Amino acid sequence: MTRLSTALAALVGTAAFLAASVPLRADAPPRRVVSMNLCTDQLAMLTAAPGQLHSVSYLARDPQSSVLPDDAKRFTVNHGLAEEIFMMRPDLVLAGTFTSRASVAMLKRLGFRVEQFPPAYSFEEIREQIRRMGDLLGRAQRAEELVEELDRRLASVPDPVKPTWRPLAALHFANSYTVGSGTLSSEVVARAGLENLGSRLGLSGTIRLPLETLVVSSPDLIVGGTRYESSAPALAYQTFEHPALRAVLQGRPMTAVPDKYWVCGAPFTAEAVRILADAAAPLSPRKSFAP
Amino acid sequence: MSYRLVIAGLALLVTLLFTASLFTGPAGLDIATSFDGLFLGSNEAARLVMQEIRLPRAILGAMIGATLGLSGAVLQGYLRNPLADPGVLGVSASASLGAVIAIYTGLSAAFALALPVLAMLGAIAAVMVIQTLAGGRAGTLTLILAGVAITSLAGAMTSLALNLSPNPFAAMEIVFWMLGSLTDRSMVHVWLSAPFMVLGWMMLAPLGRALDALSLGADAAQSMGVRLNRTQTLTVLGTATSVGAATAVAGAIGFVGLIVPHLLRPVVGSKPSRLLLPSALAGASLVLAADIAVRLIAPGRDLKLGVLTAIVGAPFFLYLVIRYRRMLT
Repeated sequence: MTRLSTALAALVGTAAFLAASVPLRADAPPRRVVSMNLCTDQLAMLTAAPGQLHSVSYLARDPQSSVLPDDAKRFTVNHGLAEEIFMMRPDLVLAGTFTSRASVAMLKRLGFRVEQFPPAYSFEEIREQIRRMGDLLGRAQRAEELVEELDRRLASVPDPVKPTWRPLAALHFANSYTVGSGTLSSEVVARAGLENLGSRLGLSGTIRLPLETLVVSSPDLIVGGTRYESSAPALAYQTFEHPALRAVLQGRPMTAVPDKYWVCGAPFTAEAVRILADAAAPLSPRKSFAP
Repeated sequence: MSYRLVIAGLALLVTLLFTASLFTGPAGLDIATSFDGLFLGSNEAARLVMQEIRLPRAILGAMIGATLGLSGAVLQGYLRNPLADPGVLGVSASASLGAVIAIYTGLSAAFALALPVLAMLGAIAAVMVIQTLAGGRAGTLTLILAGVAITSLAGAMTSLALNLSPNPFAAMEIVFWMLGSLTDRSMVHVWLSAPFMVLGWMMLAPLGRALDALSLGADAAQSMGVRLNRTQTLTVLGTATSVGAATAVAGAIGFVGLIVPHLLRPVVGSKPSRLLLPSALAGASLVLAADIAVRLIAPGRDLKLGVLTAIVGAPFFLYLVIRYRRMLT
């Protein structure tokens, strides 16, 4: 027991020492920032001053998940483990609200400053999160530039061609998942001048959409995400080849929006809007075959 | 009750459940639109839903159920073991492993027939192990324990293969392979598996007489002119072919082959020859009913078929264990 408490005291002492080794004043910007979530990784890489960001999560280097995989190579990689991050002696830890609760709780207990970001569910929340990141890193001006970049890129997407008609878009991801209202994806779809099938059906969040429901809704556009097919096959994409889905597409390809553009909210989320708007542009109202 | 009446009744039940399966689904089509979609096709969306989504599902439900019921009845007769069933003996789990190897190595993408063929090879491996043990006059309990071991090993290898896949979705598909589902199957799956299931039935169906004779013991059967080698080969290949093809497209659906023959024995008697056809029909009814139930209980949730068959089947298995416990020890 005594030995354990001695060890604990030593550990806490070390933590205090390590934390104290980086001068910490409330108003001074952090100098050694570690991010452990893909979304905070990318916002931090975009916002931070040179040398300010020390480590990002391993996902930031994955070109299928991350928009900035090359930038991420400039930073040490972490796997979101408390022990690993402890050894990096950060003065600010950035995490998502869904990041491993155990690791975050441990880091807080060890006296680290942890700032958690919830997922962005709208463009307004993306702006708020960019500004919050700017405030945390002492880079408010850079954050304003990023917000302007987002607005500029959104504005550059041409307005919906036919304001009277919004093509119906069915989002069809692996395992027949779709998204309903209250999500960033549905906001992206709306901004591209499309109507989201999930929202029309009254769904919210990420939820399964049975293939036959999709088929009877006869969407004008079927939007899929990244397929991990290159790495290995899985049954999750089986419905992508289903004859009924092929028939709804009428020989057109599915519209592919890479996951990386809209799993995280950032200025690059505007790219997802552009891809969808481009896909919607040539569409015209057709004789619906819905019952 | 006359045998013909039982057959007619079961055939009617299959027809009713097959029709009910066609009219069950989240699209919410009314009866008229459904008929139009199924037979006329003047409404394109309804045609797609009925002909491309629900019809293959109903066909597979009936055929897979028939396969499991029939092979359960044959295995119980051949092994003279009341607890035999493709699921219990590890045949389904081994077929799943074969299918998993075919799909996740990319083999089936390059060569579609690799899927049923590897599933059948998996099934054959399991039946061979069981056959070897049974040939050595193993008791009822020994065979069941061997089945438990085969199921565990095949299940572990399936999990391993899927966990090692770099595809993040593969690991979630372990559930499908262990519990089975018919959600969003297409005609492609029917063409891939139906010929092999029919082939398996053709091997199993003529075994009735031989199995009747075998119930008197191997020596008696031989003296009655039963060719034991031929019976054994047909049992092994017929079970492996039909169950392998069924599992390749729907995963492992347990307990159907176990329950069905027991439910029918009080009605048609325990002679295997009288049990085979009713078992196939009752198996088809059971899987069709379970597949309707998963869509009604949890629409849009993709509840697995094996969940329902196990909820019914596992207590039944326990009941059989208690009933036959003197035979087991």
